[in-house]
Amino acid sequence: MSFVLIAEQILNGLQFGIMLFLMSAGLTLIFGVMGLINLAHGSLYMIGAFVAATVASATGSFILALAAALSAGALAGAIVEMTIIRKLYNRDHLDQVLATFALILIFSEGTRWVFGSFPLYLDAPLYLQGAIKLPGGIQYPLYRITLILFGLVIGVGLGLLITKTRLGVQIRAGENDREMVSALGVNISKLYTFVFALGAALAGLAGALVGAIQSVEVGMGEPVLILAFVVIVIGGIGSIKGALIGSILVGLTDTLGGIFLPKFFSLFMELATATNVGSSIASMSIYILMSIVLVWRPTGLFGQKV
Amino acid sequence: MKKVFKFPIIISALFSVIAGTAIAETKIGMITTLSGGGAGLGVDVRDGFMLAINQSGRSDIKVIIEDDQRKPDVAVKLADKMVQSEKVDILTGIIWSNLAMAVVPSVTAQGKFYLSPNAGPSALAGKGCHENYFNVAWQNDNLYEAAGAYANSAGVGNSFVLAPNYPAGKDAIVGYKRTFKGDIAGELYTKLGQTDYAAEIAQIRASGAENVFFFLPGGMGISFLKQYAASGVDIPLTGPAFSFDQGILQAVGAAALGVVNTSQWNKDLDNATNKAFVKSFQDAYGRLPSLYASQGFDTANLVISALEKSDVKNAGAFRDALRAADFESTRGDFSFASNQHPIQSIYARQVIQEGDVFTNKVLSMVLENHSNAYVDDCKM
Repeated sequence: MSFVLIAEQILNGLQFGIMLFLMSAGLTLIFGVMGLINLAHGSLYMIGAFVAATVASATGSFILALAAALSAGALAGAIVEMTIIRKLYNRDHLDQVLATFALILIFSEGTRWVFGSFPLYLDAPLYLQGAIKLPGGIQYPLYRITLILFGLVIGVGLGLLITKTRLGVQIRAGENDREMVSALGVNISKLYTFVFALGAALAGLAGALVGAIQSVEVGMGEPVLILAFVVIVIGGIGSIKGALIGSILVGLTDTLGGIFLPKFFSLFMELATATNVGSSIASMSIYILMSIVLVWRPTGLFGQKV
Repeated sequence: MKKVFKFPIIISALFSVIAGTAIAETKIGMITTLSGGGAGLGVDVRDGFMLAINQSGRSDIKVIIEDDQRKPDVAVKLADKMVQSEKVDILTGIIWSNLAMAVVPSVTAQGKFYLSPNAGPSALAGKGCHENYFNVAWQNDNLYEAAGAYANSAGVGNSFVLAPNYPAGKDAIVGYKRTFKGDIAGELYTKLGQTDYAAEIAQIRASGAENVFFFLPGGMGISFLKQYAASGVDIPLTGPAFSFDQGILQAVGAAALGVVNTSQWNKDLDNATNKAFVKSFQDAYGRLPSLYASQGFDTANLVISALEKSDVKNAGAFRDALRAADFESTRGDFSFASNQHPIQSIYARQVIQEGDVFTNKVLSMVLENHSNAYVDDCKM
């Protein structure tokens, strides 16, 4: 196990975490501000990827594709919020789960209906393809490095939006006491639509960015959605900072666990069993992490004290 | 008003005509995946199957098509419905081995015929074989055995092997090792449905293997191939045709160019049936057929050939007619081994680009008239 391999795996974990952050930032805002469990967040991620693939193949421009994914996510989010989600704020969580689960089914079959049953093609632009050499002899795909930097920039931007702007003040206030905020003259329903669209736009963007290195197909959003929920529980619901730290923790645990646990077990087991046991425990590792965090801090790392 | 009253009589007369023909009808139930992530495969099997039925011009064959959503519980419910209320004679269509394991043993035990257009789990080829179960595609291990044989002929000394951690993934590795004579440089089982392979690719890079054998069907293969191409690792890849079929290649793009994969079928196989099939499939659906479409087409033609010899209600004679495999396969020579799985040749093919379209061309025949490893375990 060389230094290069370990360094590369840490970068992989980091990159995975940053992508999770784009998903969970929106989810945690929506959950935190509106108290809404949005299972359809993964569908917005899928819409972003499909729109990006379509625009990229029509125009050949990856930047345009990203812009289209961002706008499509925001638009879909705003429409869904105004037509369906708005009626769910005062219902209990079970109703929200049922309604947004129905949205998953509608979005999945709708996407299949519009784009067909076969996966679409979306690739990183030529200028971001190939691998670059980092100090220490590490060879790493340029696109993934770009993803890490891009995700960090968005993270910082979101942080500034929440802490330094008037809108951010309203969002934070909305998390704490929505009646008071609306009594003070803030148009709460406009604020909700904006927050929902912002979260949806980030999910769409994440779908497009990840679609370029993975497959663009129906149902691609749901596995990520589960991880994003784990992230916001670990990070503390409603906290952007928590989502960032939680994402990186989950990304690193998942990636490094998948590699080092089988190796660890092979020290005292035969290879086939070690691979088996190791991979099984590795798939559990993020949930084990979640339980440890919850025992230690029941509201998550950066969650508000109840 | 008087005229109106006559309509019920006409309609009931029509019904009795329809019911009259229904008695001689053969009912085929197709349970396949038409929605969700793996829908491309089911759509291809269905389209290939229906193409053959339509070409036969036989109006006495009725096909009932249902979507299993890739869920075993849904498939089981659909199979019960087809056997009990639709009273089908023949079932077919299942893509995934885990769904086949849930459905096939119970429907064959109820005296129905099951013809598999895709899944060929080892359990149904060996001890669990059944006289009413026919596999028209391949036994699961076949294409992996061919990949191992190809690596031998290419002089590969050691291989890195990679597959998802589920029964078909383990079958893939077992099949490859059965024929591959070199060493295994590394062996990895990934999560089923995993989408990021950066960690595995880093291990492949560090292993120094001479080639990589991988089995990652559907979206997993697309992700892996794109990420592998971007990683700068230049160890050659090889695998079964599932990650290189016509439906997937366009989504992978240039990342798959040059990869050698193994298949029992390709669109350029030189026989008249295949040429006619490729052309008529393109005319009918406006896209190139995949190996799944060819399997659906062959399955339907096998059924039609057997129906020409015997009525399906006469189970013994119909079974013998199926066993004879007296139909023109798109793969050329085709016959059944004693466990009712194909004996067929398997080819190495390479991904190429034709104009804008990514597709495969045959390089060489790897295994000639290949049977399967489970023939002796099957006591019928």
